[in-house]
Amino acid sequence: MFDFLDCVADLKGKEVKRAALNELVECVGSTRGVLIEPVYPDIIRMISVNIFRTLPPSENPEFDPEEDEPNLEPSWPHLQLVYEFFLRFLESPDFQPSVAKRYVDQKFVLMLLELFDSEDPREREYLKTILHRVYGKFLGLRAYIRKQCSHIFLRFIYEFEHFNGVAELLEILGSIINGFALPLKTEHKQFLVRVLIPLHSVKSLSVFHAQLAYCVVQFLEKDATLTEHVIRGLLKYWPKTCTQKEVMFLGEMEEILDVIEPSQFVKIQEPLFKQVARCVSSPHFQVAERALYFWNNEYILSLIEDNCHTVLPAVFGTLYQVSKEHWNQTIVSLIYNVLKTFMEMNGKLFDELTASYKLEKQQEQQKAQERQELWQGLEELRLRRLQGTQGAKEAPLQRLTPQVATSGGQS
Amino acid sequence: MAGAAGPGTGAGAAGGDGDDSLYPIAVLIDELRNEDVQLRLNSIKKLSTIALALGVERTRTELLPFLTDTIYDEDEVLLALAEQLGNFTGLVGGPDFAHCLLPPLESLATVEETVVRDKAVESLRQISQEHTSVALEAHFVPLVKRLASGDWFTSRTSACGLFSVCYPRASNAIKAEIRQHFRSLCSDDTPMVRRAAAAKLGEFAKVLELDSVKSEIVPLFTNLASDEQDSVRLLAVEACVSIAQLLSQEDLEALVMPILRQAAEDKSWRVRYMVADKFSELQKAVGPKITQDDLIPAFQNLLKDCEAEVRAAAAHKVKELCENLPIEGRETIIMDQILPFIKELVSDTNQHVKSALASVIMGLSTILGKENTIEHLLPLFLAQLKDECPEVRLNIISNLDCVNEVIGIRQLSQSLLPAIVELAEDAKWRVRLAIIEYMPLLAGQLGVEFFDEKLNSLCMAWLVDHVYAIREAATNNLMKLVQKFGIEWAQNTIVPKVLVMANDPNYLHRMTTLFCINVLSEACGQEITTKQMLPIVLKMAGDQVANVRFNVAKSLQKIGPILDTDALQEEVKPVLQKLGQDEDMDVKYFAQEAMSVVVQRLRKLDLPVKDCDEPSAPGADKNHFLRPRGPGEDAGKGPAYQLCVNPRETLAHPEIVGLVHFSQSRD
Repeated sequence: MFDFLDCVADLKGKEVKRAALNELVECVGSTRGVLIEPVYPDIIRMISVNIFRTLPPSENPEFDPEEDEPNLEPSWPHLQLVYEFFLRFLESPDFQPSVAKRYVDQKFVLMLLELFDSEDPREREYLKTILHRVYGKFLGLRAYIRKQCSHIFLRFIYEFEHFNGVAELLEILGSIINGFALPLKTEHKQFLVRVLIPLHSVKSLSVFHAQLAYCVVQFLEKDATLTEHVIRGLLKYWPKTCTQKEVMFLGEMEEILDVIEPSQFVKIQEPLFKQVARCVSSPHFQVAERALYFWNNEYILSLIEDNCHTVLPAVFGTLYQVSKEHWNQTIVSLIYNVLKTFMEMNGKLFDELTASYKLEKQQEQQKAQERQELWQGLEELRLRRLQGTQGAKEAPLQRLTPQVATSGGQS
Repeated sequence: MAGAAGPGTGAGAAGGDGDDSLYPIAVLIDELRNEDVQLRLNSIKKLSTIALALGVERTRTELLPFLTDTIYDEDEVLLALAEQLGNFTGLVGGPDFAHCLLPPLESLATVEETVVRDKAVESLRQISQEHTSVALEAHFVPLVKRLASGDWFTSRTSACGLFSVCYPRASNAIKAEIRQHFRSLCSDDTPMVRRAAAAKLGEFAKVLELDSVKSEIVPLFTNLASDEQDSVRLLAVEACVSIAQLLSQEDLEALVMPILRQAAEDKSWRVRYMVADKFSELQKAVGPKITQDDLIPAFQNLLKDCEAEVRAAAAHKVKELCENLPIEGRETIIMDQILPFIKELVSDTNQHVKSALASVIMGLSTILGKENTIEHLLPLFLAQLKDECPEVRLNIISNLDCVNEVIGIRQLSQSLLPAIVELAEDAKWRVRLAIIEYMPLLAGQLGVEFFDEKLNSLCMAWLVDHVYAIREAATNNLMKLVQKFGIEWAQNTIVPKVLVMANDPNYLHRMTTLFCINVLSEACGQEITTKQMLPIVLKMAGDQVANVRFNVAKSLQKIGPILDTDALQEEVKPVLQKLGQDEDMDVKYFAQEAMSVVVQRLRKLDLPVKDCDEPSAPGADKNHFLRPRGPGEDAGKGPAYQLCVNPRETLAHPEIVGLVHFSQSRD
């Protein structure tokens, strides 16, 4: 181990080690028959000693992967060679998993996973490929790897919103999900519902959203019956204040709708399109625009057409209102196009909705007023009760008198 | 609430009869089910009102089952619900019925979202105290057991927080079961659960019998402290504080110390950081002997740890550690075993470490006494006063009072001066602001001569700083100085300089004169205010910049109470009357407002008021702070200058007050 923070210390030693590592890389990559059984423990030991370390505290506690430059690993000149060697070792045609599994155990994998928190993207890239190969070659470790990944995610979601390697882990999982056998095990479904869907709620979603959406769609392509769960989950975590995330959610929703089966669509159309309508009424024009693009998608349009008796009423009120109020001209004209499509789709329904729109508005107002009255009544009642109990406490004998008096005064 | 439940229930039921028809549960439930989240949330927040309307019985039989069944809502709604239910005992009929609240809270304790779960656990803990012992065993303990053996990690983590509230009141057989459950959670497969258990280990240990602590808690602690995940191990360090308090010295030495030593040298910096962070608590928990034998060497290692985070955390604890040492032999220990390491830290490579040290190091002087301070600490202070990082210097200066008590500040003054001057001119305005705040303190300790000679010019220079926040702080600083050094000093040193600025070409500086007068007039008293300040203020009423003029009006209002009737009647009023006719509507507004105050004061002094205008300012109160500036209008020196300050500064302290104000007629 050399101290790379001090860049002039022991330059010669570093060079010797670099050369030796280079030689090892060359050797394992090009020579056949060198990977004999006795070298396995030494190889794994060499790798462990060099790569496993407690990652240093981040120099920037508010590190934002999108904005800030990552801290690069100072010992990379050596580290890279070790990773390269490890990778070639795993990929060598002579590599025997049955021998290696004695040394590449659960503890080894756990430490490997912890390294994914490295701030250095080069290191994470190597780790990604390596973990992928490990998953491929060590069948006995697969369940363990999946479990540990979900622990990392859960911690990331619920305890400590900081882990640099989420995107890389998701990328590996994407290819793992792709290979799941049908029917899906409960464990896998649970992973989708309780880990992947809540992952959408994380603040730094933008860093790994593409990989996450890929995983979700993979699941749905495997098993369409999960669609309802997924869409309801996304609606539950729908961003309330972050428009950037809203646009991502809309994008993912369209990806899901692209593969949705009509029978599944029916189950979620109403809550889904109510949300879409809310997005259309967003004052942020990118959100509204993204939502309105749904109507440019032929498949989605055909789904809407088949179910226009449900979808139309769900969105009509909002569209109608926003078409009159939105500040952005592009949005207004997009909405007109959508309303026109509706008219062509089902003119009769369209006319009915237009007619009932005003009535509904009035009813809404009336309801709001009723609500206010209800709460006012409740509040008065509460105060009366409070007075009642207080009276009871202070003078139990005269309890009834003040109560009668107050309620008489109120009515 | 619980105590009054008897009669309260009666009253509620009696009054409730007539209202039942008014508030059928369906209507209320409709409100709780409303499609709009905000409305749902509002309804949930008034859940107690709903319960009150329903009366205790219907709350139990209708409302609670509904709440239990419809627990799949937005987290925000659930959070509000979890909170409400914690205070619901009275509303369901008092302690005898508290267990009715358990089913909805149990569901809430298993949801995904951490804040909801935590709130549900908090409410459960609250309610557990309201249970009778019988109800606790019949209802509460089974709930804890169910949660502890739930199949998803959320319910098991929630269970961890509930053991300690039901253990003390349970029977022996149940106690054994509870311990068994806790044991299994400590070795749970999921790290989240182990973390939750480790976090509650100390709390649980406190309610256990001593035998069980030794036979059960210690092994659990040992396991958690050597967990494969550092996030679990570091929580064990926290538990260590509570456990150590419970054990005798021998047990401590044999059972806990090996683990603690190991934690102090853990390969993960997070664990070592935790040891450093909890050092004072640990020190108190293990007692002086073990501190001397074990903790001091560990502390030395932490002070020279390879991670700056750990060193900084340890540096923060230096003073507390030293304070808590037994007085006998304290000086020797500090001098021999701590000070050498501190000396190293003064020249640490990391500024956070140095500034952590600087924030506590001055405190050592009271502990070590005069001679040691002069001989050993003073060189360190001086070195830190010259540190390249302003935060370090500031931390030293802000704690000067500790040293002052011991050796007097004179020893430092020669080195202080350059440090102060440099901070006073630092490029970051927050640094300048910080040093201004310490000026009155410094002035008090350095004495008036030293101050006049060395620091006075700095204080005046801040008055013309290009950041408003600094000018403002400098103004207040002057007032505090006058309070310290007296009126005569003010008259000789401060007032003339302030008044000269009234002729400055920059309108911002002219306004500073007014701001200074506002705060100084009171401290200086009537004579100086009337004779020296008032003429200047009155003269400025003719200023060409409207902002200056309306600040004149404000100043006159401010200093009015200090002036005598003659001055008010003969000098102030005419000027305010004139300003009241100003072409700028804001000047008019403030002049009229000031006038009304002055007139009131004159009335109080019982003088006839002649020819006064109607003092109200109808219609003038809108938009009187900011007016859009017309294009091409030259704002003079001020605003152009402001464009240079970096955006962060302007964000924190927008110089709105400084915007030049133009009369509309000029457009």
